[in-house]
Amino acid sequence: MDLISSIDDFMLYRDHLESLRGAIPSVYICFGTGCQANGASQVADTFKRVIEERGLEMQVDIGFKTTGCHGFCENGPLVSLKPGNTLYLRVKPGDVSEIVEKSIAGHELVERLLYRDIRTDEIIADYNEIPFYKYQKRIALRNIGEIDPTSIDDYILRDGYLALTKALRMSPSDVISEIEASGLRGRGGAGFPTGRKWRSCRAVESDVRYVICNGDEGDPGAFMDRSTMEGDPHAVIEGMIIGAYAVGAHQGYIYVRDEYPIAIHNIQMAIDSAMAKGFLGKNIMGNGFDFTIKIIRGGGAFVCGESSALMRSIAGRIGEPRSKYIRSVERGLYDKPTVLNNVETWANIPEIIKSGAEWYRQSGTEASSGTKVFSIVGKVINTGLIEVPMGITLRELIYTIGGGIPNGKKFKAVQTGGPSGGCIPESLLDLSVDFDGLTEVGSMMGSGGMIVMDEESCMVDVAKYFTAFLVEESCGRCTPCRDGLPRMLDILTDITDGRGEEGDIELLEELCDALRWGSLCGLGTSAANPVFSTIRYFRDEYEQHIRNKKCPAGICRKLIIYRIDENACTGCHECAKKCPYQCVSGEMKEPHVIDVHACVRCGICKDVCKFDAVAVE
Amino acid sequence: MKMDLKRIDEIVCRHERSEESLLAILQDFQREFSYIPKEGIQRLSEIFDVPESRLYAMGTFYKSLSLVPRGRHTIKVCTGTACYLKGERLILEAIERGLDIDCGDTTEDMRFTIETVNCLGTCAMAPVMVVDDEYYGQTRPSEIMVSLEKYK
Repeated sequence: MDLISSIDDFMLYRDHLESLRGAIPSVYICFGTGCQANGASQVADTFKRVIEERGLEMQVDIGFKTTGCHGFCENGPLVSLKPGNTLYLRVKPGDVSEIVEKSIAGHELVERLLYRDIRTDEIIADYNEIPFYKYQKRIALRNIGEIDPTSIDDYILRDGYLALTKALRMSPSDVISEIEASGLRGRGGAGFPTGRKWRSCRAVESDVRYVICNGDEGDPGAFMDRSTMEGDPHAVIEGMIIGAYAVGAHQGYIYVRDEYPIAIHNIQMAIDSAMAKGFLGKNIMGNGFDFTIKIIRGGGAFVCGESSALMRSIAGRIGEPRSKYIRSVERGLYDKPTVLNNVETWANIPEIIKSGAEWYRQSGTEASSGTKVFSIVGKVINTGLIEVPMGITLRELIYTIGGGIPNGKKFKAVQTGGPSGGCIPESLLDLSVDFDGLTEVGSMMGSGGMIVMDEESCMVDVAKYFTAFLVEESCGRCTPCRDGLPRMLDILTDITDGRGEEGDIELLEELCDALRWGSLCGLGTSAANPVFSTIRYFRDEYEQHIRNKKCPAGICRKLIIYRIDENACTGCHECAKKCPYQCVSGEMKEPHVIDVHACVRCGICKDVCKFDAVAVE
Repeated sequence: MKMDLKRIDEIVCRHERSEESLLAILQDFQREFSYIPKEGIQRLSEIFDVPESRLYAMGTFYKSLSLVPRGRHTIKVCTGTACYLKGERLILEAIERGLDIDCGDTTEDMRFTIETVNCLGTCAMAPVMVVDDEYYGQTRPSEIMVSLEKYK
């Protein structure tokens, strides 16, 4: 059956797929960017070869799939086995024969590749029981890791496009009511109620309307949307079809960063197969509704994640935001009413329609219903991608799921909300993670990047890092953002270089205010957050830099020196050989010395020292 | 360098004749020629009837586009937050020192261009460098230059 021309057709096709599904042992290999960068494709090739050889011998079928990002990126390449959900970590091509032999042909586990809890030393085989997964609730990420993202049939077998059939039997207004009742708020960061956005768009008189998926994920340290587009592109597409039906749009756009080639490839494949099946195109499932989607590749400009800049970019112009006294739902792309939602928001839609608003509201808090996907990175043991109910505390996120801080270091801050978010200190770790809670403490939800910092992170330098990022990415339209941010960067640079003066902090605060009140778009108005929140919670660190010319974390170059501990130094001469500036001296087998005046603090000596003898003071 | 106008037209023909395609065409130019050639901008301006200034504006606005030729190999050092926390700056400096050029520049022999990228989303491997399409994770300042030797 090729084209599905009615809802009955769809049900028949689903039953047909169901009947073909056998319970054969299967190997699932994570093909997320992280695992691929770690060599997942070599592992996959080896599996294919071994399965072919052994499968023939054993005369059994062995299923084989490559999936989207499983989230546990720290431990890639990841391989899971079905049935049973056994998860093997850090699999190398050399492990493949043993896995096939023991765990597929036989019923044994390869223990050394299983998860081992570093605190309890317990070995866990079923990934649903690993703390990293156990406390998650996956709605937007429901299929990722469970399906081959390039197979539309895999998606249909996981109830894919079922919500669409349900939506097409509802009136558009009822679809919107359901989304309103679910309390879903935009997952791109601002948290605007999705249903209300759709309702206002539908209410505007117009012959043409558009829906847009914002996949221009630019926040550093955030890769939620990439994983969704790569791992479950049909969820986004189905969400968009439902949204387009609800607001009355016939053309949709997915705007994706050009740095995400796998996402672009998988979405294009998904669009093509959805066209072939008749979920996109003319007269969708005999309902009379037409809708198509086009991919637009972004050009690497952070500000294009801002809705009005993104719409300009789609139209083939430079991505400058506009002032929004008229909102996009009234006059957006090509001045037509436009609904723009983030990837994760769209991916939630089919589940809400399928299972109902009531069901969705069971997760999360009263004002922030449902779940949120976070990428948890930085100084945390389990770097990766997770989805948790709103209202979870930061402590649970970082310690229970994230596994805590590596190398016995002390937690210092967690940064949420991307470059224009804020840093949250330890005293607020029991804060509930939801839209309002984060805003209250001077940060924001943002798209879901969560960056953990330990005692070796200098908060002034962090503020400088984000400010430098924003200086680079400001489109230059509004004066406070164009000129204020570079001025803030100058002051921060002075402070970190030891030229800080009394009054600098107050001047920074003043500039923060100017930015907040004098910029047009979200980038400018929130650009002060990193500086503002670090001053608010880590003022003493600023003061240490200014008054004592000291960087407590040992990061700011001009305020630190590298020194060799003569008791630990064995005189191996390695650092002296590698120092690009020849400023380490010493006889073989005698403790070496760094010439602190010639040293530029490039860090090479510390990096090459096998005896941990180079210290930063 | 003489620009092959036929290749420019081939790229243009792969796209819909709509202003929405402008950015995609420029990106394809970038991929094909490693920069946006003047001839390409002139051709686009003719075909789409848009002023050259608008195309130059795009060429300078979008970070992935360049108006000068880039090297045979592009080194991208990730400066995302996770990489920053794990010392990306020392990595970038080691490469700049090793190749004796600044970030954003191309070596005289056109072998390498150094760039930074905001985030590659492979934070578990931080600090990350990508050369062409090959990823290098957990990079170290003392060893980074060795990884570059194989690129000719």
